[in-house]
Amino acid sequence: MKARVTVTLKNGILDPQGKAIEGALKSLGVDGVASVRQGKVFDIELAGADKAKAEAALREAADKLLANTVIENYRVEVLG
Amino acid sequence: MKSAVLVFPGINRERDMARALKLASGHEPKMVWHAETSLPNGTDLVVVPGGFSYGDYLRCGAIAARSPVMDAVRDFAAKGGLVLGVCNGFQILCESGLLPGVLMRNARLKFICRDVHLRVERSDTPFTRGYNAGQVIRVPVAHGEGNYEADEETLERLEGDGRVLYRYCSADGVVAENTNLNGAAHSIAGIVSERGNVLGMMPHPENHVEDIMGCTDGRGLFAGLVAHLERAA
Repeated sequence: MKARVTVTLKNGILDPQGKAIEGALKSLGVDGVASVRQGKVFDIELAGADKAKAEAALREAADKLLANTVIENYRVEVLG
Repeated sequence: MKSAVLVFPGINRERDMARALKLASGHEPKMVWHAETSLPNGTDLVVVPGGFSYGDYLRCGAIAARSPVMDAVRDFAAKGGLVLGVCNGFQILCESGLLPGVLMRNARLKFICRDVHLRVERSDTPFTRGYNAGQVIRVPVAHGEGNYEADEETLERLEGDGRVLYRYCSADGVVAENTNLNGAAHSIAGIVSERGNVLGMMPHPENHVEDIMGCTDGRGLFAGLVAHLERAA
């Protein structure tokens, strides 16, 4: 089973890397970029076929390691 | 003072730290590999040194913070044992939940490697008793992620309880926007845990302890720990 965990910075947390990317896009002349926030994507392959179990395992992974919940939010998707 | 220095893959300041500890206490510290599940008997002080544990993968200190030895460090700290984390060690202590907050990318995105001035905010703690309150010391920093951040409530608690022990400042002790090298909230360079027995700081006091280093301002921290433990014994 394939799954994806997306980790993003919480609102209000300063993101210097996102700001630098935003500046670079503007200097490249890419139009219409209002702001950029950088995050992380984890593509995870799971053994087993139980979707509920998979989601629980992914949440545990995100809480314990993949995200620092002081500053980051995460989203779990089981892609099937 | 019997100290234990933790060693993780990618750490590179453990020998500087061991040398400073030996110099201050006369005792050779024990080096403790991250896979250990206990600390050496009679450990007075656990030190989490600087470097790039696990190549800073995922987030600085994130993987090291979840290694087996950190459970032993948590137990040790819960019993009141002294823990010092420097640079990557500070990041590891935040990631492990022993200290609140997080070390973010430096505000201007640059890796900063130079001497800085720190104001010692109080002298009545194990980690600062070698200094006077308000004293300015000069120590090196070397980090890309030293920008301390925490939510407003946490910052208020840290300030209200006097848990900020070291702050970035000018040579004459003034804390201002332009002396805050990495953008840290409240110019925070070092904080202690609620019980006051766990210190995390970004600068490297262990690199200013001998004349050959050009400055010995870092000695006070280690001498203070030795004095504290001698008094407690």
